[in-house]
Amino acid sequence: MGSIRFDKVDKVFGPNTGGVKVLDNINLEIGEREFVAIVGPSGCGKTTCLRMAAGFEAPSAGLVSVSGRPVTAPGPDRAVVFQQFALFPWKTVRQNIELGLRNKKLPTGERADLVAGALKLMNLEGHAEAFPHQLSGGMQQRVAIARAYVLDPEVLLMDEPFGALDAQTRVVMQEELVRLARVNPRTVLFITHAVEEAVYLADRVAVMTRRPCRIKEVLDIRKIRQAENWDKHARIEDVMDLESFVHLRTQIWKSLREEKVANVV
Amino acid sequence: MGEKALSLRERLAWGALGLMLFLGLWTFLSTSGIVPSQFLPTPLEVLNRIIRLMTDPFAGATLPQHLASSFQRYALGVLLAAAIGVPLGLLMGWFRLLDNIITPIFDGLRFIAPIAWVPFAALWFGTGIGGPVMIIFAGAFPPCLINAYRGARFVEPRLIEAARMLGTGNARMILEILLPDATPSIVAGLRVSAGLGWQSLVGAELIVAAAGVGFMMVQAQANVATPTVIAGMLAIGAVGMLIDVLLRQGEGWLRRRRGLEA
Repeated sequence: MGSIRFDKVDKVFGPNTGGVKVLDNINLEIGEREFVAIVGPSGCGKTTCLRMAAGFEAPSAGLVSVSGRPVTAPGPDRAVVFQQFALFPWKTVRQNIELGLRNKKLPTGERADLVAGALKLMNLEGHAEAFPHQLSGGMQQRVAIARAYVLDPEVLLMDEPFGALDAQTRVVMQEELVRLARVNPRTVLFITHAVEEAVYLADRVAVMTRRPCRIKEVLDIRKIRQAENWDKHARIEDVMDLESFVHLRTQIWKSLREEKVANVV
Repeated sequence: MGEKALSLRERLAWGALGLMLFLGLWTFLSTSGIVPSQFLPTPLEVLNRIIRLMTDPFAGATLPQHLASSFQRYALGVLLAAAIGVPLGLLMGWFRLLDNIITPIFDGLRFIAPIAWVPFAALWFGTGIGGPVMIIFAGAFPPCLINAYRGARFVEPRLIEAARMLGTGNARMILEILLPDATPSIVAGLRVSAGLGWQSLVGAELIVAAAGVGFMMVQAQANVATPTVIAGMLAIGAVGMLIDVLLRQGEGWLRRRRGLEA
Protein backbone atom coordinates (compact mmCIF):
# COMPACT_ATOMS: atom_id res chain seq x y z
CA MET A 1 0.00 0.00 0.00
CA GLY A 2 1.29 3.42 -0.89
CA SER A 3 1.63 6.94 0.36
CA ILE A 4 1.43 10.30 -1.41
CA ARG A 5 3.62 13.27 -0.71
CA PHE A 6 3.43 16.84 -2.00
CA ASP A 7 6.67 18.63 -1.18
CA LYS A 8 6.80 22.42 -1.73
CA VAL A 9 4.76 22.07 -4.90
CA ASP A 10 4.02 25.09 -7.13
CA LYS A 11 2.02 24.99 -10.34
CA VAL A 12 1.96 27.77 -12.89
CA PHE A 13 -0.28 27.52 -15.93
CA GLY A 14 0.99 29.10 -19.14
CA PRO A 15 4.45 30.05 -17.80
CA ASN A 16 5.43 31.31 -21.27
CA THR A 17 2.47 33.69 -21.56
CA GLY A 18 2.70 35.58 -18.30
CA GLY A 19 1.52 32.65 -16.21
CA VAL A 20 -1.15 32.08 -13.60
CA LYS A 21 0.02 30.60 -10.37
CA VAL A 22 -2.65 28.09 -9.38
CA LEU A 23 -0.80 26.28 -6.60
CA ASP A 24 1.54 27.90 -4.13
CA ASN A 25 3.81 25.86 -1.88
CA ILE A 26 1.61 22.81 -1.34
CA ASN A 27 2.85 20.49 1.40
CA LEU A 28 0.73 17.45 2.19
CA GLU A 29 1.46 13.92 3.17
CA ILE A 30 -1.03 11.09 2.89
CA GLY A 31 0.00 7.99 4.80
CA GLU A 32 -0.67 4.35 4.05
CA ARG A 33 -4.37 3.46 4.07
CA GLU A 34 -5.22 7.03 4.91
CA PHE A 35 -8.21 8.78 3.31
CA VAL A 36 -7.52 12.46 2.79
CA ALA A 37 -10.02 14.86 1.23
CA ILE A 38 -9.13 18.26 -0.19
CA VAL A 39 -12.02 20.74 -0.04
CA GLY A 40 -12.00 24.14 -1.58
CA PRO A 41 -13.91 26.50 -3.87
CA SER A 42 -14.14 25.84 -7.62
CA GLY A 43 -11.03 26.80 -9.51
CA CYS A 44 -8.81 26.62 -6.45
CA GLY A 45 -6.48 24.08 -8.02
CA LYS A 46 -7.49 21.06 -5.96
CA THR A 47 -8.03 18.98 -9.07
CA THR A 48 -4.59 20.06 -10.28
CA CYS A 49 -3.11 18.46 -7.15
CA LEU A 50 -4.78 15.19 -8.03
CA ARG A 51 -3.72 15.40 -11.66
CA MET A 52 -0.11 15.84 -10.61
CA ALA A 53 -0.32 12.77 -8.37
CA ALA A 54 -1.84 10.89 -11.31
CA GLY A 55 0.98 11.99 -13.60
CA PHE A 56 -1.23 13.92 -16.04
CA GLU A 57 0.54 17.14 -15.15
CA ALA A 58 3.97 17.98 -13.78
CA PRO A 59 4.62 20.45 -10.96
CA SER A 60 6.31 23.72 -11.90
CA ALA A 61 8.40 23.47 -8.75
CA GLY A 62 8.71 21.01 -5.91
CA LEU A 63 8.10 17.28 -5.93
CA VAL A 64 5.10 14.95 -6.01
CA SER A 65 5.94 11.39 -5.04
CA VAL A 66 3.94 8.24 -4.50
CA SER A 67 5.39 5.57 -2.20
CA GLY A 68 8.65 7.46 -2.25
CA ARG A 69 9.02 7.51 -6.05
CA PRO A 70 8.66 10.79 -7.96
CA VAL A 71 5.64 10.78 -10.26
CA THR A 72 6.64 11.07 -13.92
CA ALA A 73 3.80 9.54 -15.95
CA PRO A 74 0.34 8.02 -15.42
CA GLY A 75 0.26 4.39 -14.40
CA PRO A 76 -1.94 1.64 -12.95
CA ASP A 77 -0.33 1.99 -9.50
CA ARG A 78 -2.25 5.28 -9.21
CA ALA A 79 -5.84 4.58 -10.22
CA VAL A 80 -8.02 7.59 -11.00
CA VAL A 81 -11.80 7.90 -10.70
CA PHE A 82 -12.95 10.86 -12.81
CA GLN A 83 -15.91 13.12 -12.21
CA GLN A 84 -17.29 12.36 -15.67
CA PHE A 85 -16.66 8.60 -15.27
CA ALA A 86 -14.51 8.39 -18.44
CA LEU A 87 -15.75 4.91 -19.33
CA PHE A 88 -15.08 3.63 -22.84
CA PRO A 89 -18.50 3.77 -24.52
CA TRP A 90 -17.68 0.99 -27.02
CA LYS A 91 -16.64 -1.44 -24.30
CA THR A 92 -18.99 -3.39 -22.06
CA VAL A 93 -18.83 -3.06 -18.28
CA ARG A 94 -16.69 -6.19 -18.16
CA GLN A 95 -14.34 -4.97 -20.91
CA ASN A 96 -13.98 -1.60 -19.18
CA ILE A 97 -12.99 -3.23 -15.91
CA GLU A 98 -10.77 -5.77 -17.63
CA LEU A 99 -8.65 -3.38 -19.71
CA GLY A 100 -6.20 -2.56 -16.92
CA LEU A 101 -5.76 -6.25 -16.11
CA ARG A 102 -5.10 -7.07 -19.77
CA ASN A 103 -2.47 -4.33 -19.79
CA LYS A 104 -0.88 -6.05 -16.79
CA LYS A 105 -0.80 -9.21 -18.95
CA LEU A 106 -2.62 -11.31 -16.35
CA PRO A 107 -3.79 -14.73 -17.56
CA THR A 108 -7.42 -15.03 -18.66
CA GLY A 109 -8.59 -17.12 -15.71
CA GLU A 110 -7.12 -14.79 -13.14
CA ARG A 111 -8.61 -11.80 -14.95
CA ALA A 112 -12.06 -13.36 -14.94
CA ASP A 113 -11.83 -14.00 -11.18
CA LEU A 114 -10.69 -10.46 -10.44
CA VAL A 115 -13.40 -8.92 -12.63
CA ALA A 116 -16.05 -11.10 -10.99
CA GLY A 117 -14.79 -9.94 -7.59
CA ALA A 118 -14.89 -6.28 -8.60
CA LEU A 119 -18.39 -6.65 -10.05
CA LYS A 120 -19.55 -8.22 -6.79
CA LEU A 121 -17.83 -5.59 -4.68
CA MET A 122 -19.62 -2.78 -6.51
CA ASN A 123 -22.98 -4.59 -6.79
CA LEU A 124 -22.71 -4.70 -10.56
CA GLU A 125 -23.48 -8.38 -11.03
CA GLY A 126 -25.91 -8.83 -13.89
CA HIS A 127 -24.65 -5.74 -15.69
CA ALA A 128 -21.32 -7.12 -16.90
CA GLU A 129 -22.39 -7.27 -20.54
CA ALA A 130 -24.15 -3.87 -20.57
CA PHE A 131 -22.66 -0.86 -22.34
CA PRO A 132 -22.10 2.32 -20.29
CA HIS A 133 -24.82 4.26 -22.11
CA GLN A 134 -27.36 1.69 -20.92
CA LEU A 135 -26.57 2.44 -17.26
CA SER A 136 -27.54 5.29 -14.93
CA GLY A 137 -24.93 7.79 -13.77
CA GLY A 138 -24.58 6.09 -10.40
CA MET A 139 -24.08 2.70 -12.01
CA GLN A 140 -21.52 4.15 -14.41
CA GLN A 141 -19.53 5.56 -11.52
CA ARG A 142 -19.67 2.15 -9.81
CA VAL A 143 -18.06 0.71 -12.94
CA ALA A 144 -15.37 3.39 -12.85
CA ILE A 145 -14.66 2.63 -9.18
CA ALA A 146 -14.58 -1.11 -9.91
CA ARG A 147 -12.16 -0.42 -12.77
CA ALA A 148 -9.88 1.41 -10.34
CA TYR A 149 -10.18 -1.07 -7.46
CA VAL A 150 -9.53 -4.13 -9.60
CA LEU A 151 -6.03 -2.84 -10.36
CA ASP A 152 -5.16 -3.16 -6.68
CA PRO A 153 -3.44 0.25 -6.93
CA GLU A 154 -1.03 1.75 -4.43
CA VAL A 155 -3.23 4.81 -4.19
CA LEU A 156 -6.72 5.77 -5.33
CA LEU A 157 -7.21 9.25 -6.74
CA MET A 158 -10.83 10.38 -6.79
CA ASP A 159 -11.61 13.64 -8.55
CA GLU A 160 -15.06 14.82 -7.39
CA PRO A 161 -16.32 11.33 -8.22
CA PHE A 162 -19.89 12.05 -7.11
CA GLY A 163 -20.08 15.59 -8.48
CA ALA A 164 -22.04 14.55 -11.57
CA LEU A 165 -24.62 12.47 -9.65
CA ASP A 166 -28.03 13.50 -8.33
CA ALA A 167 -28.38 14.02 -4.57
CA GLN A 168 -29.99 10.65 -3.80
CA THR A 169 -27.51 8.61 -5.81
CA ARG A 170 -24.72 10.62 -4.30
CA VAL A 171 -25.70 9.63 -0.76
CA VAL A 172 -25.85 5.96 -1.70
CA MET A 173 -22.41 6.16 -3.27
CA GLN A 174 -20.95 7.92 -0.24
CA GLU A 175 -22.23 5.17 2.04
CA GLU A 176 -20.88 2.62 -0.39
CA LEU A 177 -17.45 4.21 -0.29
CA VAL A 178 -17.41 4.13 3.50
CA ARG A 179 -18.36 0.46 3.35
CA LEU A 180 -15.52 -0.16 0.87
CA ALA A 181 -13.07 1.73 3.05
CA ARG A 182 -13.91 -0.63 5.91
CA VAL A 183 -13.72 -3.85 3.87
CA ASN A 184 -10.63 -2.84 2.00
CA PRO A 185 -8.89 0.28 3.32
CA ARG A 186 -6.94 2.18 0.71
CA THR A 187 -4.70 5.19 0.45
CA VAL A 188 -7.12 7.72 -1.03
CA LEU A 189 -6.81 11.29 -2.23
CA PHE A 190 -10.35 12.58 -2.59
CA ILE A 191 -11.19 15.93 -4.19
CA THR A 192 -14.51 17.62 -3.50
CA HIS A 193 -16.13 20.99 -2.98
CA ALA A 194 -18.80 19.45 -0.70
CA VAL A 195 -17.77 19.98 2.91
CA GLU A 196 -20.15 17.36 4.33
CA GLU A 197 -18.90 14.74 1.93
CA ALA A 198 -15.32 15.42 2.99
CA VAL A 199 -16.11 15.25 6.71
CA TYR A 200 -18.17 12.09 6.30
CA LEU A 201 -15.62 10.20 4.22
CA ALA A 202 -12.16 11.36 5.14
CA ASP A 203 -9.68 10.66 7.90
CA ARG A 204 -8.26 14.13 7.39
CA VAL A 205 -9.62 17.13 5.52
CA ALA A 206 -7.33 19.68 3.90
CA VAL A 207 -8.93 23.09 3.37
CA MET A 208 -7.69 24.90 0.30
CA THR A 209 -7.84 28.63 -0.39
CA ARG A 210 -8.51 30.52 -3.57
CA ARG A 211 -5.82 31.60 -6.02
CA PRO A 212 -2.93 31.36 -5.57
CA CYS A 213 -4.02 28.25 -3.75
CA ARG A 214 -2.49 27.13 -0.53
CA ILE A 215 -3.51 24.55 2.01
CA LYS A 216 -4.91 26.66 4.80
CA GLU A 217 -5.37 23.99 7.42
CA VAL A 218 -5.68 20.24 7.80
CA LEU A 219 -8.30 18.85 10.20
CA ASP A 220 -8.03 15.40 11.67
CA ILE A 221 -11.46 13.78 11.75
CA ARG A 222 -10.36 10.36 13.03
CA LYS A 223 -10.24 11.11 16.74
CA ILE A 224 -13.69 12.65 16.79
CA ARG A 225 -15.12 9.92 14.59
CA GLN A 226 -13.80 7.25 16.94
CA ALA A 227 -14.68 9.11 20.13
CA GLU A 228 -18.25 9.75 18.97
CA ASN A 229 -18.50 6.34 17.29
CA TRP A 230 -19.81 7.61 13.92
CA ASP A 231 -19.35 4.20 12.36
CA LYS A 232 -22.14 2.62 14.37
CA HIS A 233 -24.58 4.63 12.24
CA ALA A 234 -25.20 2.96 8.92
CA ARG A 235 -26.95 5.94 7.39
CA ILE A 236 -25.26 9.13 6.39
CA GLU A 237 -28.14 11.32 7.63
CA ASP A 238 -27.75 9.90 11.14
CA VAL A 239 -24.06 10.78 11.14
CA MET A 240 -24.82 14.24 9.79
CA ASP A 241 -27.21 14.83 12.68
CA LEU A 242 -24.55 14.24 15.30
CA GLU A 243 -23.37 17.30 17.14
CA SER A 244 -19.74 16.41 16.59
CA PHE A 245 -20.31 16.19 12.82
CA VAL A 246 -22.19 19.48 12.69
CA HIS A 247 -19.46 21.14 14.70
CA LEU A 248 -16.70 19.98 12.33
CA ARG A 249 -18.69 20.88 9.27
CA THR A 250 -19.33 24.38 10.60
CA GLN A 251 -15.68 24.79 11.45
CA ILE A 252 -14.66 23.98 7.88
CA TRP A 253 -17.41 26.15 6.44
CA LYS A 254 -16.16 29.07 8.46
CA SER A 255 -12.65 28.42 7.37
CA LEU A 256 -13.70 28.47 3.70
CA ARG A 257 -15.92 31.47 4.22
CA GLU A 258 -13.33 33.65 5.94
CA GLU A 259 -11.29 32.95 2.89
CA LYS A 260 -13.98 34.22 0.54
CA VAL A 261 -14.66 37.38 2.57
CA ALA A 262 -10.95 38.12 2.79
CA ASN A 263 -10.76 37.92 -0.98
CA VAL A 264 -13.71 40.20 -1.59
CA VAL A 265 -12.29 42.85 0.76
CA MET B 1 -40.94 28.38 -44.57
CA GLY B 2 -38.71 25.39 -44.98
CA GLU B 3 -38.94 24.33 -41.34
CA LYS B 4 -41.60 21.65 -41.58
CA ALA B 5 -40.31 18.18 -42.42
CA LEU B 6 -41.90 16.74 -45.54
CA SER B 7 -43.42 13.28 -45.64
CA LEU B 8 -41.83 10.69 -47.90
CA ARG B 9 -44.72 10.97 -50.34
CA GLU B 10 -44.37 14.76 -50.56
CA ARG B 11 -40.64 14.47 -51.08
CA LEU B 12 -41.14 11.94 -53.86
CA ALA B 13 -43.71 14.21 -55.48
CA TRP B 14 -41.42 17.24 -55.46
CA GLY B 15 -38.51 15.12 -56.67
CA ALA B 16 -40.61 13.82 -59.54
CA LEU B 17 -41.59 17.38 -60.45
CA GLY B 18 -37.93 18.39 -60.60
CA LEU B 19 -37.09 15.40 -62.79
CA MET B 20 -39.99 16.20 -65.14
CA LEU B 21 -38.92 19.83 -65.47
CA PHE B 22 -35.38 18.69 -66.24
CA LEU B 23 -36.52 16.17 -68.87
CA GLY B 24 -38.94 18.73 -70.31
CA LEU B 25 -36.21 21.35 -70.73
CA TRP B 26 -33.90 18.72 -72.21
CA THR B 27 -36.55 17.57 -74.72
CA PHE B 28 -37.38 21.17 -75.62
CA LEU B 29 -33.71 22.06 -76.27
CA SER B 30 -33.02 18.96 -78.35
CA THR B 31 -36.20 18.95 -80.46
CA SER B 32 -36.68 22.69 -81.02
CA GLY B 33 -33.42 22.98 -82.96
CA ILE B 34 -31.88 25.49 -80.54
CA VAL B 35 -29.15 22.90 -80.04
CA PRO B 36 -28.33 20.74 -83.12
CA SER B 37 -29.74 17.28 -82.50
CA GLN B 38 -26.44 15.46 -83.11
CA PHE B 39 -24.95 17.54 -80.23
CA LEU B 40 -27.82 16.95 -77.83
CA PRO B 41 -29.90 13.81 -78.40
CA THR B 42 -33.41 13.61 -76.94
CA PRO B 43 -34.06 11.71 -73.70
CA LEU B 44 -35.87 9.05 -75.71
CA GLU B 45 -32.85 8.46 -77.98
CA VAL B 46 -30.65 8.11 -74.90
CA LEU B 47 -33.08 5.67 -73.30
CA ASN B 48 -33.11 3.55 -76.48
CA ARG B 49 -29.35 3.69 -76.54
CA ILE B 50 -29.10 2.49 -72.92
CA ILE B 51 -31.41 -0.43 -73.64
CA ARG B 52 -29.34 -1.35 -76.73
CA LEU B 53 -26.07 -1.05 -74.75
CA MET B 54 -27.36 -3.60 -72.25
CA THR B 55 -26.85 -6.32 -74.85
CA ASP B 56 -24.99 -4.80 -77.86
CA PRO B 57 -21.29 -4.15 -77.26
CA PHE B 58 -19.81 -0.71 -77.92
CA ALA B 59 -16.03 -0.23 -77.86
CA GLY B 60 -15.60 -3.92 -77.16
CA ALA B 61 -18.14 -4.44 -74.38
CA THR B 62 -21.74 -3.89 -73.28
CA LEU B 63 -22.57 -1.17 -70.75
CA PRO B 64 -22.81 -3.62 -67.81
CA GLN B 65 -19.44 -5.07 -68.81
CA HIS B 66 -17.89 -1.59 -68.98
CA LEU B 67 -19.39 -0.81 -65.58
CA ALA B 68 -18.06 -4.03 -64.10
CA SER B 69 -14.61 -3.27 -65.45
CA SER B 70 -14.76 0.26 -64.00
CA PHE B 71 -16.05 -0.97 -60.69
CA GLN B 72 -13.21 -3.42 -60.31
CA ARG B 73 -10.60 -0.64 -60.64
CA TYR B 74 -12.65 1.59 -58.44
CA ALA B 75 -13.00 -0.96 -55.64
CA LEU B 76 -9.29 -1.72 -55.76
CA GLY B 77 -8.32 1.98 -55.64
CA VAL B 78 -10.68 2.87 -52.79
CA LEU B 79 -9.79 -0.20 -50.73
CA LEU B 80 -6.11 0.54 -51.17
CA ALA B 81 -6.70 4.17 -50.11
CA ALA B 82 -8.61 3.04 -47.00
CA ALA B 83 -6.10 0.32 -46.15
CA ILE B 84 -3.23 2.81 -46.17
CA GLY B 85 -4.97 6.09 -45.32
CA VAL B 86 -6.88 5.00 -42.20
CA PRO B 87 -3.98 3.33 -40.34
CA LEU B 88 -1.60 6.12 -41.32
CA GLY B 89 -4.10 8.76 -40.17
CA LEU B 90 -4.50 7.03 -36.80
CA LEU B 91 -0.74 6.72 -36.36
CA MET B 92 -0.31 10.41 -37.22
CA GLY B 93 -3.05 11.24 -34.72
CA TRP B 94 -1.17 9.46 -31.94
CA PHE B 95 2.52 10.01 -32.73
CA ARG B 96 3.21 13.74 -32.89
CA LEU B 97 6.56 13.18 -34.60
CA LEU B 98 4.98 11.28 -37.48
CA ASP B 99 2.39 14.06 -37.76
CA ASN B 100 5.16 16.67 -37.99
CA ILE B 101 6.99 14.69 -40.67
CA ILE B 102 4.06 13.77 -42.92
CA THR B 103 1.58 16.65 -42.62
CA PRO B 104 3.62 19.25 -44.57
CA ILE B 105 4.16 16.88 -47.52
CA PHE B 106 0.59 15.69 -47.44
CA ASP B 107 -0.83 19.24 -47.26
CA GLY B 108 0.99 20.04 -50.47
CA LEU B 109 0.18 16.85 -52.33
CA ARG B 110 -3.52 16.72 -51.52
CA PHE B 111 -4.30 19.84 -53.54
CA ILE B 112 -3.07 18.20 -56.72
CA ALA B 113 -6.19 17.01 -58.55
CA PRO B 114 -6.27 13.25 -59.14
CA ILE B 115 -6.34 13.87 -62.89
CA ALA B 116 -2.97 15.63 -62.67
CA TRP B 117 -1.44 12.24 -61.84
CA VAL B 118 -2.54 10.83 -65.20
CA PRO B 119 0.82 11.11 -67.01
CA PHE B 120 2.71 9.42 -64.19
CA ALA B 121 -0.02 6.90 -63.53
CA ALA B 122 0.25 5.82 -67.16
CA LEU B 123 4.06 5.80 -67.08
CA TRP B 124 4.41 3.94 -63.83
CA PHE B 125 1.47 1.58 -63.82
CA GLY B 126 0.29 1.41 -67.44
CA THR B 127 -3.17 1.83 -68.90
CA GLY B 128 -4.48 -1.57 -67.82
CA ILE B 129 -5.61 -1.73 -64.24
CA GLY B 130 -2.64 -0.09 -62.46
CA GLY B 131 -2.83 3.42 -63.93
CA PRO B 132 -6.51 4.05 -63.25
CA VAL B 133 -6.21 2.45 -59.80
CA MET B 134 -3.48 4.92 -58.92
CA ILE B 135 -5.63 7.88 -60.02
CA ILE B 136 -8.60 6.61 -58.01
CA PHE B 137 -6.25 6.10 -55.10
CA ALA B 138 -5.07 9.73 -55.47
CA GLY B 139 -8.69 10.88 -55.25
CA ALA B 140 -9.80 8.60 -52.42
CA PHE B 141 -6.71 8.73 -50.20
CA PRO B 142 -6.87 12.26 -48.69
CA PRO B 143 -10.32 11.97 -47.06
CA CYS B 144 -9.40 8.57 -45.60
CA LEU B 145 -6.25 9.94 -44.04
CA ILE B 146 -7.66 13.29 -42.94
CA ASN B 147 -10.74 11.85 -41.24
CA ALA B 148 -8.85 9.09 -39.46
CA TYR B 149 -6.31 11.68 -38.31
CA ARG B 150 -8.93 14.15 -37.10
CA GLY B 151 -10.89 11.39 -35.41
CA ALA B 152 -7.79 10.27 -33.55
CA ARG B 153 -6.79 13.81 -32.60
CA PHE B 154 -10.18 14.74 -31.22
CA VAL B 155 -10.70 11.74 -28.98
CA GLU B 156 -12.09 12.89 -25.63
CA PRO B 157 -8.92 13.73 -23.61
CA ARG B 158 -10.45 12.14 -20.48
CA LEU B 159 -10.66 8.79 -22.27
CA ILE B 160 -7.00 8.95 -23.24
CA GLU B 161 -6.10 9.87 -19.67
CA ALA B 162 -8.20 6.97 -18.37
CA ALA B 163 -6.50 4.57 -20.78
CA ARG B 164 -3.04 5.81 -19.84
CA MET B 165 -3.89 5.53 -16.16
CA LEU B 166 -4.84 1.90 -16.84
CA GLY B 167 -1.39 1.29 -18.31
CA THR B 168 -2.46 1.05 -21.95
CA GLY B 169 0.44 0.80 -24.43
CA ASN B 170 0.64 2.47 -27.84
CA ALA B 171 -0.65 -0.41 -29.98
CA ARG B 172 -3.66 -1.06 -27.77
CA MET B 173 -4.27 2.67 -27.41
CA ILE B 174 -4.57 3.01 -31.20
CA LEU B 175 -6.60 -0.15 -31.78
CA GLU B 176 -8.93 -0.07 -28.79
CA ILE B 177 -9.27 3.61 -27.93
CA LEU B 178 -8.47 5.82 -30.94
CA LEU B 179 -9.93 3.54 -33.64
CA PRO B 180 -13.33 2.96 -32.02
CA ASP B 181 -13.67 6.60 -31.00
CA ALA B 182 -12.68 7.77 -34.48
CA THR B 183 -14.94 5.29 -36.28
CA PRO B 184 -17.81 7.70 -37.02
CA SER B 185 -15.30 10.18 -38.46
CA ILE B 186 -13.55 7.42 -40.43
CA VAL B 187 -16.82 6.20 -41.90
CA ALA B 188 -17.76 9.75 -42.91
CA GLY B 189 -14.33 9.97 -44.58
CA LEU B 190 -14.88 6.71 -46.42
CA ARG B 191 -18.12 8.09 -47.81
CA VAL B 192 -16.33 11.14 -49.16
CA SER B 193 -13.54 8.89 -50.46
CA ALA B 194 -16.02 6.65 -52.23
CA GLY B 195 -17.55 9.66 -53.98
CA LEU B 196 -14.26 11.27 -54.95
CA GLY B 197 -12.89 7.88 -56.04
CA TRP B 198 -15.82 7.32 -58.36
CA GLN B 199 -15.42 10.80 -59.84
CA SER B 200 -11.68 10.29 -60.37
CA LEU B 201 -12.28 6.89 -61.93
CA VAL B 202 -14.10 8.32 -64.91
CA GLY B 203 -11.51 11.03 -65.32
CA ALA B 204 -8.81 8.39 -65.23
CA GLU B 205 -10.53 6.19 -67.80
CA LEU B 206 -11.03 9.05 -70.21
CA ILE B 207 -7.29 8.96 -70.72
CA VAL B 208 -5.74 5.74 -69.50
CA ALA B 209 -7.77 2.59 -69.93
CA ALA B 210 -8.67 -0.03 -72.46
CA ALA B 211 -12.13 -0.71 -71.02
CA GLY B 212 -14.63 0.87 -68.62
CA VAL B 213 -17.36 3.49 -68.77
CA GLY B 214 -14.92 6.35 -69.26
CA PHE B 215 -13.22 4.51 -72.11
CA MET B 216 -16.61 3.84 -73.70
CA MET B 217 -17.40 7.56 -73.52
CA VAL B 218 -14.12 8.59 -75.15
CA GLN B 219 -14.71 6.15 -77.98
CA ALA B 220 -18.26 7.42 -78.38
CA GLN B 221 -17.07 11.03 -78.44
CA ALA B 222 -14.63 10.20 -81.24
CA ASN B 223 -17.56 8.82 -83.26
CA VAL B 224 -19.89 11.70 -82.31
CA ALA B 225 -22.15 9.02 -80.79
CA THR B 226 -23.65 11.51 -78.32
CA PRO B 227 -26.42 9.23 -77.02
CA THR B 228 -23.73 6.79 -75.89
CA VAL B 229 -21.82 9.58 -74.13
CA ILE B 230 -24.94 10.61 -72.22
CA ALA B 231 -25.72 6.95 -71.47
CA GLY B 232 -22.28 6.71 -69.87
CA MET B 233 -22.88 9.90 -67.86
CA LEU B 234 -26.20 8.60 -66.59
CA ALA B 235 -24.67 5.23 -65.64
CA ILE B 236 -21.92 7.03 -63.68
CA GLY B 237 -24.45 9.19 -61.88
CA ALA B 238 -26.70 6.25 -61.04
CA VAL B 239 -23.89 4.05 -59.72
CA GLY B 240 -22.41 6.95 -57.73
CA MET B 241 -25.79 7.58 -56.13
CA LEU B 242 -26.19 3.91 -55.33
CA ILE B 243 -22.77 3.75 -53.67
CA ASP B 244 -23.61 6.79 -51.55
CA VAL B 245 -27.00 5.43 -50.49
CA LEU B 246 -25.46 2.10 -49.45
CA LEU B 247 -22.68 3.76 -47.45
CA ARG B 248 -25.20 6.07 -45.79
CA GLN B 249 -27.17 3.03 -44.70
CA GLY B 250 -24.01 1.46 -43.32
CA GLU B 251 -23.16 4.63 -41.43
CA GLY B 252 -26.64 4.81 -39.87
CA TRP B 253 -26.45 1.17 -38.82
CA LEU B 254 -23.09 1.74 -37.19
CA ARG B 255 -24.29 4.78 -35.27
CA ARG B 256 -27.39 3.01 -34.00
CA ARG B 257 -25.27 0.08 -32.85
CA ARG B 258 -23.14 2.50 -30.84
CA GLY B 259 -26.16 3.98 -29.12
CA LEU B 260 -25.62 7.30 -30.89
CA GLU B 261 -28.45 9.17 -32.55
CA ALA B 262 -28.54 8.36 -36.24
